[in-house]
Amino acid sequence: MNPKRIGADFLVFSRGFVRNPVGLFFSLVFPIILIGLFGLIFSASSSTTVTVYTENLDHNSPLSVDFLSALNNSTYVHIQVVSPVTGQTFASWLAQQGDSVGMIVPAGFQANYTNQTPVNVTLYTDPSDASSGGIAQFVVTGVANSFNLASSHGSPIIGTTNQQVGSQVFKYIDYLVPGLIGFSILTSPMFALVEISSTYRKDHLFRQLSLTPLTKGEWLTAKILWYIVLTIISAAIMIAVGVFVFGADVGFTVGLLPFLVLGPFFFVSLGMLAGSVSRTPESAAVLGNIITFPMMFLSGTFFPVSSFPPGLQAVAHILPLYYVIDGMNQVMLFHNNTRALLDLGVILIGGVVVFVAAIAAFKWRDE
Amino acid sequence: MGDAIAVHGLTKQYGDLTAVNSIDFTVPEGKVFAFLGPNGAGKTTTVEILEGLRRRTSGDVKVLGLDPWTDGLELHRKIGVIPQDFRFFEKTTPREAIQYYATLFNVKVDASALLELVALGDKAHANFDVLSGGQKQKLGLALSLVASPTICFLDEPTTGLDPQARRGIWDVIRKLRREGRTVFLTTHYLEEAELLADQVAIINHGTIIAEGSPTQIIRDHGRPERLSVDGPPSLGEFLKKRLDRAVTVTEGHVEVQMRDKSDALVVLQAIESSGLPWTGFATVSDTLEDVFVGLVGKMDDGVLGGAPKP
Repeated sequence: MNPKRIGADFLVFSRGFVRNPVGLFFSLVFPIILIGLFGLIFSASSSTTVTVYTENLDHNSPLSVDFLSALNNSTYVHIQVVSPVTGQTFASWLAQQGDSVGMIVPAGFQANYTNQTPVNVTLYTDPSDASSGGIAQFVVTGVANSFNLASSHGSPIIGTTNQQVGSQVFKYIDYLVPGLIGFSILTSPMFALVEISSTYRKDHLFRQLSLTPLTKGEWLTAKILWYIVLTIISAAIMIAVGVFVFGADVGFTVGLLPFLVLGPFFFVSLGMLAGSVSRTPESAAVLGNIITFPMMFLSGTFFPVSSFPPGLQAVAHILPLYYVIDGMNQVMLFHNNTRALLDLGVILIGGVVVFVAAIAAFKWRDE
Repeated sequence: MGDAIAVHGLTKQYGDLTAVNSIDFTVPEGKVFAFLGPNGAGKTTTVEILEGLRRRTSGDVKVLGLDPWTDGLELHRKIGVIPQDFRFFEKTTPREAIQYYATLFNVKVDASALLELVALGDKAHANFDVLSGGQKQKLGLALSLVASPTICFLDEPTTGLDPQARRGIWDVIRKLRREGRTVFLTTHYLEEAELLADQVAIINHGTIIAEGSPTQIIRDHGRPERLSVDGPPSLGEFLKKRLDRAVTVTEGHVEVQMRDKSDALVVLQAIESSGLPWTGFATVSDTLEDVFVGLVGKMDDGVLGGAPKP
């Protein structure tokens, strides 16, 4: 390994890369588009409270007003009182409005409560928006219970205090940032190296290089170095977009760097290995996709692995990208350095194996 | 001087196909050696084996005393190669490419001078993908010279170039020879070989069928010198009867084979004595191309000059 030769090859390759707008677009702009898209989709639903359209058929009796304001005070729901619907059912009116949660406070609500006669409020929820429905159900039941308790002059015995898992509250965008950094660590080198391995072979560029003192190891190392640079730049951009546009609570910590180095090390080598063991450019592309696509979705890129069913979680644990993303989650979100080191160890050992295999597999010259 | 390249019993088989069949030849140091043959004759296979790009099936090959396959890394510091159909990184300029090679070979090189040498100075800052075929080939030549090689392997360096560019490359080849370098040249253009080469070997169906200097090959394998005049067919008939020499008649053109230089007078006398009208007297000798065609037989289109590869 001669650093000067690696440097020269790095220079030529990086210049070529920067002068090719398509490659640059996919490496830098595509992750931003992804984070923008997913950020918009998921930050919208998690930040708002659930609006509950309510018909108060008890004619604004003091008790019904108290009940509704108690619901509003929970901060989880927002009660929007509407005048009684005529000419159609409340359910179909809700559907027409495109609203998924509604409630009817029946006439005689206060009278029944005072007489301690059972009375029902009716909650309308849409199964396709289970989370809003669940939140409304939970809040309404809770407030109703406290009113029931007050009616029998009881006081709560079992109370709850809420504690978040970990030291702070995580929003979806917080998971999305390391997930998408992992996504670009996987896709950008994998697709590029699979393509390079076949075009270089077709254009006899490997043969050309074999006539120089450059070695296969030096060549591959230069590619790894370039993708490390590219990964660090795109990670910085994605973190900036996550933090400043979507309010993600993640930082560009030093602990992230080993992953931004070892991740490209692993996937550049894997891409070269996949490209080299394939006989034709077509089969190389297919093999590349077979390796890349499951990892793209099952390694915690878009959704935390802990939300997967157990079978899929087991699958995730054999995917190398899982360890990259898990490690980044550990350093960026959970500050669990022990587990991050464990993840790094897995990537390092795997990376060395794949690097050596890739160099053995790809041919400078013909037999 | 010793031999830069020595090949004994070189054989290369691809499965059942024998591409090169136990060939022998040597290339003396400091000479221009032209390796000729029709497409598919085993030319490129042989060159690639010499360059260490391809493994041989059997035989003994020494290039500068090294085994090209096993000592490739050491050999590649001493030889320069332009492969057929030279390609390079698309978004790299000739100047950058030369600097890249200079660093790889760990040599100092004057990129501007090298680009001027191959007449590519005006394209020093153009990306490779916008260069014309000839300009790409010139960059290949420049790159092969970066490490100041002892042997230059030029695999069809002028294919597809315009006449002016070809002459430019010829000048470079002559300069290399003057500098004492060995040049191993393969080419489709036989007049190029005749013009430049000290030594020629012709390969066909994996076997070397002629070897020596161009004049030697023409002498050994060509027809004798002919005297040629423009005249009617009857002149041919007259000469056939009068002279004990081979006479060919083609479309108002009569050729008489001569025994030696002084034979010209005898033939001319006979022509004059016929009383038939004649003009345009000339002597004709075989070119390397004539010999090549005679030796190799009927050619496929594109094998000889004229039809450069796309």
